[in-house]
Amino acid sequence: MTATLSVNGADGGSAQRAGTRLGRRFAALKREGRAGLVTFVTAGDPDPDSAFEILKGLPAAGADVIELGMPFSDPMADGPAIQAAGLRALKAGMTLRKTLDLVRRFREGDADTPIVLMGYYNPIYAMGVDRFLAEAVGAGVDGLIIVDLPPEEDAELCLPAREAGLDWIRLATPTTDDARLPVVLSRTGGFVYYVAIMGITGTRSAAAVEVEKAVQRLKRHTDLPIAVGFGIRTPEQAAEIARAADAAVVGSAIVDVVRGNLDEENRAKPGLAAAVHGLVRSLAEGVRAGRRQPR
Amino acid sequence: MTQSLNTYRSGPDETGHFGIYGGRFVAETLMPLILEVEKAYAAARQDPSFQEEFDWYAKHYIGRPSPLYFAERLTEHLGGAKVYFKRDELNHTGAHKINNTLGQILLARRMGKTRIIAETGAGQHGVATATVCARFNLPCVVYMGATDIERQAPNVFRMKLLGAEVVPVTSGTGTLKDAMNDALRDWVANVESTFYIIGTVAGPHPYPAMVRDFQSVIGREVREQLAEFEGPGRLPDTLVASIGGGSNAMGLFHPFLDEPSVRMVGVEAAGHGIETGEHAASLNGGRPGVLHGNRTYLLQTDDGQIIDAYSISAGLDYPGIGPEHAWLHDTGRVDYVAITDREALDAFQLCTRLEGIIPALEPSHALAQVAKLAPELPKDHVLVVNLCGRGDKDVFSVAKILGVEL
Repeated sequence: MTATLSVNGADGGSAQRAGTRLGRRFAALKREGRAGLVTFVTAGDPDPDSAFEILKGLPAAGADVIELGMPFSDPMADGPAIQAAGLRALKAGMTLRKTLDLVRRFREGDADTPIVLMGYYNPIYAMGVDRFLAEAVGAGVDGLIIVDLPPEEDAELCLPAREAGLDWIRLATPTTDDARLPVVLSRTGGFVYYVAIMGITGTRSAAAVEVEKAVQRLKRHTDLPIAVGFGIRTPEQAAEIARAADAAVVGSAIVDVVRGNLDEENRAKPGLAAAVHGLVRSLAEGVRAGRRQPR
Repeated sequence: MTQSLNTYRSGPDETGHFGIYGGRFVAETLMPLILEVEKAYAAARQDPSFQEEFDWYAKHYIGRPSPLYFAERLTEHLGGAKVYFKRDELNHTGAHKINNTLGQILLARRMGKTRIIAETGAGQHGVATATVCARFNLPCVVYMGATDIERQAPNVFRMKLLGAEVVPVTSGTGTLKDAMNDALRDWVANVESTFYIIGTVAGPHPYPAMVRDFQSVIGREVREQLAEFEGPGRLPDTLVASIGGGSNAMGLFHPFLDEPSVRMVGVEAAGHGIETGEHAASLNGGRPGVLHGNRTYLLQTDDGQIIDAYSISAGLDYPGIGPEHAWLHDTGRVDYVAITDREALDAFQLCTRLEGIIPALEPSHALAQVAKLAPELPKDHVLVVNLCGRGDKDVFSVAKILGVEL
C-alpha cells in the first residue's frame, strides 16, 4: 500500500482499520454514493456551554465528521478567524481537559459521529502524552490531527496514539511532492486531509480543477478517503469539492458565523447554535448536490 | 541522541536534536522547505567559496573583527576579575544581529530565493535584515508586534528607510512571538519564492545550528584577540552574555564549549522579578514545551498555553530560548542566571559613566551579572562579556524610566 518509509520505525501503512467510527462512516458514505461533510468548530468558543450546544446539533444539521479544535495561544498554521476563536475559548477558561469533557458529554448522546481533535502539540505535551491518550480514548475521540507534528516527529505522539487505537490523520499539501507523499501517507489512518491551498486557514480559495488533480494523485498512493479543506466557504464550493473528493472540510466559515453571533463582549447571542447549524445544513445540501455515482 | 560524552560541540544530531531539545515541529506545508534549507546549508558549509564570501562581507561591510577591549575603569571599580568587552555593538547596524542576517541572505541568494521575510522584537534583527536586503537588492517584509512598533519607533523608521515593508502584527498579543507566528504564516503561503531569515538560535532545524554557526565568529575572534592582551594560548576564565533567544550567547560560547576551564554564564531577563511572573526567563522560570518548530524551555501555563514574556529590553522578551541552550542548561555545562530590569538599568548607567560606552539594555543584563561576579574573583581572572548591542536605540525609553523629559 505505501512505499518504503524514510522515517524511523517500521510500523504501519495507510490502511483503513475495520471497526472504527471513521471507517464505518466513510464506508456508509461510499454506499450512499456521496461525499461527506467535515465540520470544524473550536472547543469552548465562545464558552463551554454554547460550544456544547453547537457541537450537539452538528450531526442533525448534516455533519458527517466533526473536527474539534483544541484551543492554543499560538496556532501558527491558522488564520485570524480560527486564532481569534481559540483566544475567545481560552479567555472563557477552556483547557485541554475541558475539551475532552466536551467530547465525553457529546458521546453520551451520540455514539456514531466520528470526532477528530485538531490542534497543536504543546498543550498535549504539557498534559503528558500517556495521560492525554488514555483520556482521549476514554472520552470517545476517534482521531488526531496535530498540525506541528510532521512524520519526522512521529515518535512523539503518532506512534503512541496509533498504539492506543486512535487514527492519526495527516495533512498533505501542494508542497508534498511524489517523493515525500509516501512518507506523509505512512502511519495515516481514518482519512487523509488534503490542504488545498498554500497558506493558512480561512484565506484563499481552492480551484476545483487543481483539487481534482491533487485528489487523483493522492488516490494513486492510498486507498484512504481524501478530505479536502482550506478555503471552502459556500455550499457551491462544497458541492464542487464533493465531486472531486471523499469529503469537504469547512472551518473558518463556521467560525465566522460564531463570531457574527456574539455581542460586544464576545458573549453568545440567542440563536448562536441555530445560526451555526443553519450554515452547516446548507453546506450539507451542497455536499449532497455534488453526489456521485456509487463506486 | 548521537552526541558523544566528550564533546559539547557535535550537536545537533541528524534529526536536529540537542538531547531532547530542538527538532522540526512544523506544519507539513513547511517540511519540504525546511529540508531544502537544511540541504542547501549543508552544501554551503562545505563550500569554501561560501565561507570566503561571508568573510569578505564580514570584514568590509560589517567591520569585523569587532575589537576586544579591556574595560579598565570598570575593572578597577569592581575590584576583582579583569573585565573585557567583546565590542559587537560596533558592528554595522549596532548589534551582533547582522552576523546572522549576512550569512542567511548569502544562503538565500545561493538558493535562488527572491523575497525575504523576518520577525523582529526590538527591531534590531529587523534592521539587520532590512540592511542586507537593501545591499543585495531583495524585497524585505518584516513582521513586528504592534506593541513593539510603538515602543521602538526609531527602528521602525530605519527599516522603512532601508526599503523594508514593516507589517504590524495584531494577532494574539501583538508581540515578538506573534510576529514569528505571522512570519511562519507568510512563509507557508509563499514557500516557492521566500526565504525566512530567523533572528535567533531558535526555530526548526537547521536554524538553531545555522544561526549559531554564523554567530560563532564572535567566540572565534575572542580566542585570537585575547592572546594580544594575555599571551598566546590564554583562554578566558569566564564568559558572560545576555539571552533572549540566545544567539549572541551561543556565538560567544560555542567555540569554547569543549574547554573545561572556561566557565560560561547566560543571563536571562528577570523583568520585575521571577517571583512576580513578569519576566522573560525561560530557563529559570519556564519548563520544556514545543513552539515555533522546536522543543525548548517555554513560559507557559499548566495547560500548555504560551505566556507573554516581559522585560525592559524588547530584545529579550521572547517566551522561549534556543534549544541548544536548553540542552546546555540540562547538562550543566552553562550556568543560566536572571537579572532584573532594575539591575540592568544600574549596569547601563555604570558602564556609560565609567567606560564612555552606552550599551543596549540587552547586554546591560550581562553587565549587571559581571558586576555581581567580578568582585568575588581574583585579579588575574579573565572575564569576557559580549557587548552585543549599542544603546542609542534605548536612550529614549531609559530617559522615560528615569523620569527625564527630552
